[in-house]
Amino acid sequence: MSTPPPVHERESYIGQSVVRPQTARLLAGRGVYTDDVRLPRMTHVAFLRSPHAHARIRALDVTAARALPGVVAVVTGEEIARVCDGWVGTLAHFAGMKSAKQFPLALGRATWQGEPVAAVVAETRALAEDGVASVRVEWEPLPAVTDAETALDPATPVIHPELGDNLAFALDVVAGDVARAFAEADLVVRETFLTGRHTGVTLEPRTILADFDPAERRLTVYHSFQAPHMMQDILARHLRLPEHDVRVICKDVGGSFGIKVHIYPDEMATCALAVLLGRPVKFVADRLESFQSDIHARDHRVTAELAVRRDGTFVGMRLDDLTGIGPYSVYPRTSAVEGNQIARLAPGVYKLRDYAAAVRVVLQNKTPMCQYRAVGHPIAFAVMEGMVDLAARELGLDPVEVRRRNLITADMYPCTAPTGYFFERLSHEEALDKILEMSEYARLCEERDRLRARRVYRGLGLCMFIELTTPGPAFYGIGGARISSQDGCTLKLEPTGKVVCLTGVTEQGQGTDTIIAQVVATALGVRLEDVRVLTGDTMVTPYGGGTWASRGAGIGGEAALLSGKALRQGILRVAAAILACEPEDLDLRASRIVDALTGEVRLDLPELGRIAYFRPDTLPKDFQAELAVTRHYVPRHQGFAFTNGVQLSHVEVDVETGFVRLLKHWVVEDCGRIINPRLVDEQLRGAIVQGIGAALWEHCVYDAEGQLLTGTMMDYLVPLAAETPEIVVGHVETPTAYSEGGFKGAGEAGTAGAPGAVLNAVNDALAPLAARVTTQPITPEVVLRALGKLP
Amino acid sequence: MKPAPFVYHRPASLPDALALLERYGAEGRVLAGGQSLVPALNMRLATPGALIDINRIPGLDEIRLGAEGLVLGALARLDAVERSPLVAAHAPLIAQALPHVAHLAVRTRSTVGGGIAHADPAAELPACLVALGGTVRALSRRGSREIGAAEFFRGVCTTALGPGEVLTAVVVPRLAPGWRSRFDELARRHGDYALVALAAHARVADGTLAEARLVLAGVGATPVRAARAEAALAGRRMDAAALDAAARALAEELDPPSDVHASAALRRHLAGVLLRRAVRGLLEA
Amino acid sequence: MDTTVAIELAVNGTPVGRRVEPRLCLADFLRYDLELTGTHVGCEHGVCGACTVRVDGALVRACLMLAVQADGCRVETIEGVSGTGEVSDLQQAFAEANALQCGFCTPGMLLTAHEILQREPGADPARIRLALSGNYCRCTGYQAIVDAVHRVGGARGRETR
Ligand SMILES: Cc1cc2nc3c(=O)[nH]c(=O)nc-3n(C[C@H](O)[C@H](O)[C@H](O)COP(=O)(O)OP(=O)(O)OC[C@H]3O[C@@H](n4cnc5c(N)ncnc54)[C@H](O)[C@@H]3O)c2cc1C
Ligand code: FES
Ligand code: FES
Repeated sequence: MSTPPPVHERESYIGQSVVRPQTARLLAGRGVYTDDVRLPRMTHVAFLRSPHAHARIRALDVTAARALPGVVAVVTGEEIARVCDGWVGTLAHFAGMKSAKQFPLALGRATWQGEPVAAVVAETRALAEDGVASVRVEWEPLPAVTDAETALDPATPVIHPELGDNLAFALDVVAGDVARAFAEADLVVRETFLTGRHTGVTLEPRTILADFDPAERRLTVYHSFQAPHMMQDILARHLRLPEHDVRVICKDVGGSFGIKVHIYPDEMATCALAVLLGRPVKFVADRLESFQSDIHARDHRVTAELAVRRDGTFVGMRLDDLTGIGPYSVYPRTSAVEGNQIARLAPGVYKLRDYAAAVRVVLQNKTPMCQYRAVGHPIAFAVMEGMVDLAARELGLDPVEVRRRNLITADMYPCTAPTGYFFERLSHEEALDKILEMSEYARLCEERDRLRARRVYRGLGLCMFIELTTPGPAFYGIGGARISSQDGCTLKLEPTGKVVCLTGVTEQGQGTDTIIAQVVATALGVRLEDVRVLTGDTMVTPYGGGTWASRGAGIGGEAALLSGKALRQGILRVAAAILACEPEDLDLRASRIVDALTGEVRLDLPELGRIAYFRPDTLPKDFQAELAVTRHYVPRHQGFAFTNGVQLSHVEVDVETGFVRLLKHWVVEDCGRIINPRLVDEQLRGAIVQGIGAALWEHCVYDAEGQLLTGTMMDYLVPLAAETPEIVVGHVETPTAYSEGGFKGAGEAGTAGAPGAVLNAVNDALAPLAARVTTQPITPEVVLRALGKLP
Repeated sequence: MKPAPFVYHRPASLPDALALLERYGAEGRVLAGGQSLVPALNMRLATPGALIDINRIPGLDEIRLGAEGLVLGALARLDAVERSPLVAAHAPLIAQALPHVAHLAVRTRSTVGGGIAHADPAAELPACLVALGGTVRALSRRGSREIGAAEFFRGVCTTALGPGEVLTAVVVPRLAPGWRSRFDELARRHGDYALVALAAHARVADGTLAEARLVLAGVGATPVRAARAEAALAGRRMDAAALDAAARALAEELDPPSDVHASAALRRHLAGVLLRRAVRGLLEA
Repeated sequence: MDTTVAIELAVNGTPVGRRVEPRLCLADFLRYDLELTGTHVGCEHGVCGACTVRVDGALVRACLMLAVQADGCRVETIEGVSGTGEVSDLQQAFAEANALQCGFCTPGMLLTAHEILQREPGADPARIRLALSGNYCRCTGYQAIVDAVHRVGGARGRETR
């Protein structure tokens, strides 16, 4: 064997667009999503769901259903409640928050159309649905609370009498002296923005397969989910099982976006049924169920007032937010976070010291709302940036200039926003400069002006934003929710010299496992192909929070980095023992032990593994090899690692039809140190398109009785390829100094800024016609009404 | 979302199909492309006792130019119709309309007969057939008959087909000299059902629309022929005033529905926009 | 009472015989009876395209066709076309462009993309977007998919020239 050439440098995979290894499997149709898992004696459950928004269950007759062939069991709310304890979706740090106790199946009363009421378990899903069709329910419809605006009126029925009223949570954020600021302003602009309720529409619906072994009393759950450890904890507590007897496994997940991180009554019921029946029970939400039961989000009415000086300087702002969240606050994250974040994020880009926001979160008889990708951000920045453009227009100033005048500038960091958020270092000015240059903004403005003369109405809309990523324990932990903000990473050097990595963060297509492998390979000094990453199994991976709030890179990545460094020390110790030298004389580069000075290859990892595992007798007697390590990381120095960016939307409005055509979209984003540029770009693009969907199409529409009118994919419109624009992505890189890796998150930035950009672009296009829109989705109806062409 | 149980038959001939339809009566349902029926089965909106799958009946998928005009067999798939040179040459209106219908993998299965018999008020094909003055051929144990397209559509998903009757073909008269077609629609996303669609077929002479047949989809329970607008256009020089008058006539004669996708007012407004665009398009073509 | 119907078909080139309930759709038949789980189900009403397969060479929605209707037919799924290598260039281009995230839409996307390029090898990005618009992808925002398909279209064109 010829001697390998010396290796002089450790290769860094950080910053490289490596291809995700696991795509090969997905591309060949060999992914394993939860519905692809099949177990012996497996049964299927279908749920009878309430057809009414609010109704008393006078009688429930399941005899006919029980008698059907293939039906294994028909179970009611009372029966499930005997094995599964209810829950209340509140957090202690949301002072005064209240919600009613919720159970897997409705008890006595259904509070939204789609609430599960009874469960039919059968040999196949079709047979279970036959069973559902033959359950007889005597309903007594009750008045439904649907309009958030009147939910608190004395005349409106109280959904949960024990709560006293329909107010789930109220919040006042006050900073500085707003009254004085408004009194001193040259101009106050005021506007009300409506954001339509929408939902996540993961292409793979929510799916869960629960397998209870009555002999050992152990529950194994296969779950299409983002946070397996959180689910393990909750299942154990509510099903009264020891936590270590509950195992949650997340195989491939077909999209999540924050939809698959909440506790759903039907999923809890499925697990309870497995316990009751001692057989595996599978639940796959069909698409009709998804629209009625996946969490909704973003149903907000925000009124904002911005006080400005003549030169465009912002002096104060007021914001009033009203949101209706459905009949229950969702467990365990609560449905108050969205409003809270709108209030706190909105002024975050600018030097605004005098600020006041009021948030009211009310109950209503619609599908429960909770956190969906970019929680609160898209509303906060559509409102804020809408106000900025409005002020600029009223003052006759350039919207770019007005932004520049008010941005928090580079010299001000670190700083704390009046709403309490801490900003280590953001790059607003750089990002703004970059997007203007990348998009040839000045040329586009000229073109826009030229085309106006020909009655072609194009518009440009900017939206600056910050994104809350990498949250520490102050987010949920202090509120009493057992949602881990720390994550662990275990690394093991196998006898073959390959590395196995177990991480607490999870993968739903973002490429988390790839970036973790990149970090590990870099920190260790091994080739990327020598690292295998496993996620999503509570029995196997270190305890962790999973995926939410863009925490995979910032927390999971840092834990991987620390773990990689630790294993590297362990490996070098073993190598030194083998080679009878000091660990400091050696280095690990490209999966080889080399002489630290010359790069000469001294040992390869399979040989090291062979000796450590099979021939330790050849090593000094007092030496023990340690080739597995676990390291944890939790951000402690700041509550969140904020990121920032700006988006620009270019649209053309057909003022005859009211249709908006998206011509192109740009984003410049700063997520700290970039691990894999292509993956970040694609996170941004995907997230932007979800934001665009919200701006133009997506809407859960209800009638006055609380019936969902957009319950199919024909009626709930998500963006398709033909209507989606080209998206150009640029970056600024401002690593956080609080962690060694400098990573922050990038999963939600696209969604945070896209709706605001589109809204501003449409308004820019309509400006010469003296029309403005403030409602999302911006349907043809909304545009034509603004133009006065429709009543 | 699984269908309720049903019995399945796959007759090999039309007489067999008719016999089965008679046998099952109201419980029996013809299955053609299945692109409307199967979603309804999956959602249990339709729960027929028996499906009579006509897909294997030979000869029903013809696309042929006969003496009577262009014959599109009940089982002609929309994808085949869209790509047929005969259709492009003799029924350009239909060729223009089909790319708006759903998506490729739906058009490969969807049939002409299903599209007409299903009679969705927002569907493109029924509007085209009415605009072109086509006829529907139906067959039952009582014999065959031809039904004019205008009389065929009776209401939302309701047609003149009687119990036990199968649609076997539609016939589109040969394109007469001087006639031009223009199909246009407004849908929120490509491939969605139209908010409003306009199938316009007109004889152009001396820079005017000498005769016009304007049929809209999405604005009523059936394809809606805009007789007043047609009259307002006929033979007129199309200046701004004439266009306005036609659009006004159209707005007055339409009584569109409101639903989650569009209000009646929006549909009425959009119909006017399509009208103006169609007139310009027809005259410029 | 046995309400099942016997069917025989060729799936990915292999003859298959089974008895099925008439109400069983082709997608569920492939997934549950044959354990070909690469065909995904996202809506069961024909809209999302995740279940797209080929029947007798034609692209169809497997959620809108009954398994009994595939009796006597040639059915090809993502597993089949992966095995024959006929979409390997697309698969590679998808991987390189990261034209998939969760991968749930991917099998249907690949089959549709292949059909588009068969029909219109020189399709430009705008045409590709139109033709792909019957396939939902909630993760990628489509651009990477369109780029990958466009690149493969170009490469295939060069090869055949
Ligand atoms: C995602 C999606 C989008 C769609 N978008 C559009 C669109 O934009 N525009 C549009 O027009 N359509 C659209 N469709 C509908 C589609 O093209 C339908 O398939 C078509 O209208 C019905 O044709 P079919 O052959 O599939 O009929 P089937 O679904 O088989 O049957 C429909 C009805 O017609 C009856 N029927 C069928 N054939 C006959 C016959 N020969 N004699 C008597 N009765 C018969 C059936 O009993 C049934 O009641 C869409 C469908 C899908 C799934
Ligand atoms: S599952 Fe067939 S199209 Fe969605
Ligand atoms: S990659 Fe997730 S839906 Fe397309």
